Amino acid sequence: MFIKQINVLQQSNLFIKQVPMLVCTYRLAYLEKQLSWTLQIKPHVSNEHKTMGFRSYRMTFSYLNKMKSYRYPGTRPYSTSQTTIDDNEIKTFQMLAHKWWDEQGAYAPLHSMNDLRVPFIRDNLLKAVADHQPGKPLSGMKILDVGCGGGLLTEPLGRLGASVLGIDPVDENIKTAQHHQSFDPVLVKRIEYKACSLEEIVEETAETFDAIVASEVVEHVIDLETFIQCCCGVLKPGGSLFITTINKTQLSYALGIVFAEQIAGIVPKGTHTWEKFVSPEKLESILESNGLSVQTLAGMLYNPFSGYWHWSENTSLNYAAHAIKSTIQESPVPAEFVLNGETEALRANKVSSSLHVHEELKK
Amino acid sequence: MAARLAMSGWGAGRATARRGPLVPCRKWSGAPADTVYDVVVSGGGLVGAAMACALGYDIHFHDKKILLLEAGPKKVLEKLPETYSNRVSSISPGSATLLSSFGAWDHICNMRHRAFRRMQVWDACSEALIMFDKDQLEDMGYIVENDVIMHAITKQLEAVSDRVTVLYRSKAVGYTWPYPFPMADSSPWVQITLGDGSTLQTKLLIGADGHNSAVRQAAGIQNVSWNYDQSAVVATLHLSEATENNVAWQRFLPSGPIALLPLSDTLSSLVWSTSHEHAVELVSMDEEQFVDAINSAFWSDANHTDFVDSASTMLQQAVGLLRPTKVSARQLPPSVARVDAKSRVLFPLGLGHAAEYVRPRVALIGDAAHRVHPLAGQGANMGFGDVSSLVHHLSAAAFNGKDLGCMSHLTGYETDRQRHNTALLAATDLLKRLYSTSATPLVLLRTWGLQATNAVSPLKEQIMAFASK
Repeated sequence: MFIKQINVLQQSNLFIKQVPMLVCTYRLAYLEKQLSWTLQIKPHVSNEHKTMGFRSYRMTFSYLNKMKSYRYPGTRPYSTSQTTIDDNEIKTFQMLAHKWWDEQGAYAPLHSMNDLRVPFIRDNLLKAVADHQPGKPLSGMKILDVGCGGGLLTEPLGRLGASVLGIDPVDENIKTAQHHQSFDPVLVKRIEYKACSLEEIVEETAETFDAIVASEVVEHVIDLETFIQCCCGVLKPGGSLFITTINKTQLSYALGIVFAEQIAGIVPKGTHTWEKFVSPEKLESILESNGLSVQTLAGMLYNPFSGYWHWSENTSLNYAAHAIKSTIQESPVPAEFVLNGETEALRANKVSSSLHVHEELKK
Repeated sequence: MAARLAMSGWGAGRATARRGPLVPCRKWSGAPADTVYDVVVSGGGLVGAAMACALGYDIHFHDKKILLLEAGPKKVLEKLPETYSNRVSSISPGSATLLSSFGAWDHICNMRHRAFRRMQVWDACSEALIMFDKDQLEDMGYIVENDVIMHAITKQLEAVSDRVTVLYRSKAVGYTWPYPFPMADSSPWVQITLGDGSTLQTKLLIGADGHNSAVRQAAGIQNVSWNYDQSAVVATLHLSEATENNVAWQRFLPSGPIALLPLSDTLSSLVWSTSHEHAVELVSMDEEQFVDAINSAFWSDANHTDFVDSASTMLQQAVGLLRPTKVSARQLPPSVARVDAKSRVLFPLGLGHAAEYVRPRVALIGDAAHRVHPLAGQGANMGFGDVSSLVHHLSAAAFNGKDLGCMSHLTGYETDRQRHNTALLAATDLLKRLYSTSATPLVLLRTWGLQATNAVSPLKEQIMAFASK
C-alpha cells in the first residue's frame, strides 16, 4: 500500500510540472499534505479534517482531470462533474424543479414528448430481443437516464419493466423525482435516483447498462466529446444510446430560443443556450468516433397549438438519435495512449486510493 | 488493506456523491400501507364488469393490478333457466366484438341469444315506415338476456383472477381525491373507503356505478338530466305461432314507442314506453287484457288522419317515380298470444349526460356518464362502446409507460365518446319528442322525414353503421 501511495504522489508531481496555474499547484500540494499526513496518523481523525480532506480532494481531482485531458486529447479521461456541467444552468433549474410534474406547466412539452420518445426507446430496444414479457416489455434491462430531471422519462421506462438509474446533478430535481416515485410501490422497486453527474459514476458502472437515455441533455453539456465517451464507458457492448436534442440551425435559434422562450413562453427563459446546441452531423461524428454506430436519426416537430409532438423527416429543429455500441472493442488505441498505458493504470490506482483515503477520514 | 484499496465499486462511488440527496427522501417514503391498485372499477354491472374484464385480458395490462367493486352478490347461472329473463339488451355488432375480445361472447353463443337481421320502425299516426336491413345475411344485432351477458363476463373474470380482484358485496362509501401537485406528504392517488372501513388506493378510478353514480357526485362532475314523462314496461311474450322471428319491431305511439324484440322462434321481449299512469295500468291489468293492449298497439289505425295519409301517399308515389325499383315492403309484426307470468316490470325513464367524463384519475363509463331512452336500444351499446374506447386508450397508455390516471389519454377517451354519445342522446331525445305528439303539422313532418330517410339508402346505411358501433 505504501508503495502505491508513493506512486500516486509521484504521479501528482508529474502533473504539477506541466501546469502553469499557481492555484493548482497549491491544491495539489495540499493534497499531498493530506495524503502523507493520513499515512502518518491513520486511525483517529477529527471532524474538521474530514471536510477539509473532502473538499481538497474534490477540487484537486477536477484540476487533475483537466490536465489529463489536456495532455491526452482523444483518450478517455474519467473527469468529474465540473467538466461538463455549467454552474449557471444549475441555478436556473433549481427554480423550476418543483414544476416538473405539472402536465400543463412549464414542462408540458417534455410531458407530451414522452408520446414520441418512450415508443422510440421501447421499440428500438425490443428490436434486439426475440420475445418480451407482456405488460413489462423492458424487464431485465438496465437503463441509465442521464439528466433525468424530475423523472419524467425515468418513470415510464420503469413502468415498462426496466430497472432504471436516473441521475441528475441538481439535488432538487432528484428530490422531486424521488418524492414523486415514492408513492408508487412498483416504481420504488425499479427506479433508483442519484444526484450526481455521469462522470462520477463512470467507473463504478463501467459496461453496466443495456441502454442510456440522454433526452434533452446534450444541449446543456459543456464538453460533449467527454460526455459521449462516458456514455460509451458505461454501456454494455451492443447497448443502445438514445439522444434527443435541438439542432444548431438558424431556425432552432428563431423558434427554440426567440419564439419558445421569449415570445410564446413555452419553455422557461434561460433554459437553452444556442451555442451549445449540436447538429446531427456533429453528434453523429462524435458518436461514430467513439465506437457508437448511429442506427436512426429522426426529426421531431412540436406543435405549440396542439401541444403534441410529431415525427418528421426534418431534423432542423429537434431530433432523436439511436446509436449502438459496437460489440468489438472500440477504435484503435492511439499510440500515445499505449505509451502512457502504465500511467493510466497508475492513475486509476490513485483514484481508488484517494477515495480510500477519504473513506478512512470519514471513519 | 490492499484488498480494501482495490475496492472501488459502488460503495466508494457513493462516498463521492454529494451527501444528502438520498437521505431527505426518506421522510416522504412513508406512504400509507394501503394496497395501491392501478385501476379500480366501481360498480360491477354489465359495463363495469366488462371494463374490468377487458383490462384483465389486455396484453399491456398483464403487470397491472385491477380491482372491481360490486355491491351485489356474485351472479353465476348454475344452469340456464328455462324461462327467459325479462331484462334483455340489444347488443350491436360492435359490442359483440368487445365481448368476444375477452372471450365472453363464446359463452353467450353457447347459452342463448337471438340475432336480428332487420328492424322495422313505423308511425302509429301515418303509413310512414322505415326499414333497416342488412344484406348478405349479416346480423344487425343481438337480443341477449342481461343475466346471460353477466354470467359470461363473470366466467371470464374468474379466468383472470390473478390480475383482476373482484370484491362482491362491497361498496365504496367514500372517495378522497388527491390534491393537485405539489402537496408534500399527501398521496397522489385516489383513496377509496369501503363499507367495512378498510381503505385502498388507486391510480385510476373508473365509475361504472349507474345513472345515480356516486363517483360522479363525489368528483363534483355536473350532470345534465331530466326525467321523461314516461315509464317503460318490460315483459316476455309468447307469439301466436312460431316464425323466423328475426326482426326487431318498433312502433311510435303518441304515448311512446312500443318495441318487440326477438328472443326465440316463439318468444319476444317487450319494451313499451308510455305514460306513468298507463304503465302502472299495464302492469296491474290481467294477462289477457295486457295481450290485447299489445296487439292493438301494434295493429290499430285509430290515430291515422286522412290528410296525413294522403300526403304520405303522395310522397310515396313521388319516391316511386324517382326510384321505381326498390320499395321496401311493409311487413306485419307477429301477433302476441300470451305473456309470461310475473315477467311484467316497469321502470321510469330519463335522460342524463355528464358534462365531463374524466377528471384527473377518474373516468366515468356507461350510465354513470349517460342515461338514454330505450327507444334506440343503445343503452348497453353506449356503455360497451365506452369500455372499448377507454380500454383502447388505457392500453396504449400502458404500453407507453404512462401514468394511467393522467389526463392526456383520458381526455382522448372523453373526446371520442362524447362525440358519439351526445349525438345519440340528442337523436333519441329528438325522436322521443317528435313522436310524442299527434299534432298534424308535426305528424306530417315526421312522416315525410321518415319516408325520405327510408328512400335514401346511403343515409340509412350511415344510421345503421352508427348504431352498430
